[in-house]
Amino acid sequence: MAKLPGPLDIYPLLPGTNCQDCGEANCMAFATKMAEHTVKLKACAPLFDEAKYAKKLEKLKDLVRPPVREVVIGVGDNASSIGGKLVLYRHDLRWSNPTAFFLDVPDTLDAEGLAARVKSIEEWTYVYIGTNLRLDGIALRGVSQDPKTFASTAKKLTELTDWPVMLCSLDPKMLAAAAKSIADKRPLLYAATLDTWAEVGELAAKHNLPLVAYAPGSLDNLSSLVSTLRAIGVEDIVLDPGTASRTGVGTTVDDLTQLRRSSIIEDNELVGYPIIGTPISVWADHKEGEAPELTKWDEVLTGSAQIVRYADILVLHSIDMWTNLPLTFLRSNLYTDPVKPVAVEPGLMEFGDVGPDSPVMYTTNFALTYFTVESDIKQAGISAYLLVVDTEGMSVQSAVAGRKLTAEDVAEALEEFKVAEKVNHKILISPGMAARISGETEEVSGWTLKVGPRDSSGIPKYIQEGKWKEE
Amino acid sequence: MTTDEEKTTSLDDLFGDFAELVLENVTIELDELRLGLRPMVQQMAKAAARPALEMPKSLIPASFSPPLGEYPQAIQEITLGATKGEGGTRGNTVTIGGHTAPAWDLFQSPPKRPPVIAADVFDMPISLAKMVKMHYKEVLDDPAEWAKLVVDKYGADVVTLHLISTDRQLGDTSPNDAAKVIEDVLQAVKVPILIGSAGDPEKDGPVLAKAAEVCEGERTLLCSATVDVYEEIAIAAKKHDQIVLSWTSIDINQQKELNRRLFEWLTPEQIVIDPTTAALGYGLEYAFTIMQRMRLAGLLGDTELCFPISSGTTNAWAAREAWMKNPELGPRELRGPIWESVTALALLLAGNDLFMMMHPAAIKTVHDLVNWMKERQKIKPEEYPDWTTLTIPEGA
Repeated sequence: MAKLPGPLDIYPLLPGTNCQDCGEANCMAFATKMAEHTVKLKACAPLFDEAKYAKKLEKLKDLVRPPVREVVIGVGDNASSIGGKLVLYRHDLRWSNPTAFFLDVPDTLDAEGLAARVKSIEEWTYVYIGTNLRLDGIALRGVSQDPKTFASTAKKLTELTDWPVMLCSLDPKMLAAAAKSIADKRPLLYAATLDTWAEVGELAAKHNLPLVAYAPGSLDNLSSLVSTLRAIGVEDIVLDPGTASRTGVGTTVDDLTQLRRSSIIEDNELVGYPIIGTPISVWADHKEGEAPELTKWDEVLTGSAQIVRYADILVLHSIDMWTNLPLTFLRSNLYTDPVKPVAVEPGLMEFGDVGPDSPVMYTTNFALTYFTVESDIKQAGISAYLLVVDTEGMSVQSAVAGRKLTAEDVAEALEEFKVAEKVNHKILISPGMAARISGETEEVSGWTLKVGPRDSSGIPKYIQEGKWKEE
Repeated sequence: MTTDEEKTTSLDDLFGDFAELVLENVTIELDELRLGLRPMVQQMAKAAARPALEMPKSLIPASFSPPLGEYPQAIQEITLGATKGEGGTRGNTVTIGGHTAPAWDLFQSPPKRPPVIAADVFDMPISLAKMVKMHYKEVLDDPAEWAKLVVDKYGADVVTLHLISTDRQLGDTSPNDAAKVIEDVLQAVKVPILIGSAGDPEKDGPVLAKAAEVCEGERTLLCSATVDVYEEIAIAAKKHDQIVLSWTSIDINQQKELNRRLFEWLTPEQIVIDPTTAALGYGLEYAFTIMQRMRLAGLLGDTELCFPISSGTTNAWAAREAWMKNPELGPRELRGPIWESVTALALLLAGNDLFMMMHPAAIKTVHDLVNWMKERQKIKPEEYPDWTTLTIPEGA
């Protein structure tokens, strides 16, 4: 594997003026953060603004260029950056640029249908640990196979939304027409093939647009296609080795793994580009009259396998909550920075208008557990104390099983955070998942334990019913 | 070395044929003019000035070499169960592990032993998500019937019998009571069975020791030894030639430590490891990454981690998104089993070998995935569909 550059490799190529414009104390501090990939090169404004640094800048760009190049689709705030991967395994550093989800829109929709589909894509969301999970872009498919229709729908699409767009057709005439009409929106062109590389490659080079190289079934062919597109002058390339589902899913996983492993471990820069997966391909196997849920199920499995195995962008059709929640959750989990602390500070939290009569609940200091409980309490508008017990960042269930949450731990936390001084009762509500230790906790702490719901979504109802106060 | 002065790109270089620069409405009041164009402008100019690249006449040949790795150590192979000829009573045995490459790197070497599924069976009625319970309601108070159901109808490769009624808070049944249930289940099915304890620190040792004795000759997996409770279990496993699940809490060093302690009694053929499974959305990445690291460490020579891996995949149901009744999230009949399936799929790709699962649709899905993935297929280019022109039914 190529060694990632260290601060001492980076420092000599910075201006060395310690101007602090980037917000760091000096250039060495900036170099250190660059090496950790926690700041972006463009934060060093003088490098870009002053002509005398031009060569340093070029060298630095080469030095810090990730083994998988970053490709930007679209323009403005909603532009989507894909690739830019530094490592094969997330535990080696972290995965950057979460897999972008592009949802399909056929060019055969009427104006109303188009607007409705775009709206449903833009508005798909779910609140997860304090952030909104969202989709990322729109893949316009040339179902009409008519260049004029494709181009005019592309135009209409960019008038409806400023989300990044991918133009999808294997017919060069279709792509040429649509690319011409929305080139300034920097769409991703899908795709150049072994048959169409000359026309499509030239089109992408002319408008300076990112382009997918599609050569299914052979990584030799894909390498050859990339090599040819580069010779034409296409710089932003996305690799498509083909997506097969069901019996082919192992082959697809294997292809994606070979590409990524080759680029990162063996420095094969010919395949050092983002990879696209097309779980939407499963719809080719959909039989008329068959329940669409079966096809959607396959789409989720194919997409999940590709998220785990290195896809930087996916084209999806399904937009149901039950299909896209697992996909967005999986993406969010795997792209979490592995060094990010998983624990919150133990202590006694107060919610709402607490007083001596307020209920006292406890939970663990695993960040996900804590934020889930916090969000449930806040959303219900309950006034309550929440005792956060140190379980070394483990969830209730795991902590009880692994003895990181014991009666003694709960008793100590009650003592340490002086809970008895806050309330006029000695009733502690335990998470349902910790029911096992509640008896022992009563003995050790002298508090009365009430077993609350197993999932914190049940807290509002549980508190409102008032049973916790009953003898 | 070039000096800074030399590094400044000259206008001539930049513009080439377009070297004429027209300055309009500009008053120059300097003695000396030095134009410092920003590199961005320079790049635009470069692009404009770039000589037209010659179109290749045909595809430029290139080849791709599979990026093979070097893995000096194989993951241990572990056989669960024993047939009559081997001293047990099982109809078949199940072998896991043996891998010589990272999980599913088919280009290097397909999985030596494809992963298997153990369906969970409990020795007393237990609180379950509604979407799981509906598939078991007839058998909740009959572990033997429950075991038959998961094998005959849901296709489980092995059965895990969880002796939760031995918990002091859930019935406090004795090790001898547990032994009877084990015998019933051994009678009911022919596949290998695994024995799970209740997670009660006082009872787990005696219960699993008794299980080891009752299962003499059966090569059962005793689930689980933990850093707190392991000695009694390991001693019993040694005496009765059983296998031990070494279970830790998302901590690779703890896993190594526990395995080192187990080595005092057990051979490498007697250990399966479980770093704890967290649900999709609720810490799955910890399980994923630790499994991936353990598999790699084992392949690269770590003798404390070169064991097949097990996952309590049923934990997927701890995610509220899996079971919560909420019309806005879509039907939970689908949401629940897809949650268990995707949790399993991520861990399958991380290198897990033994899945302890419950929902029949998720069990079928993981079986399908293992079958689909266990070797590369020859897929011709024309067999990949053109999805760009597909007509997808309205409303789907």
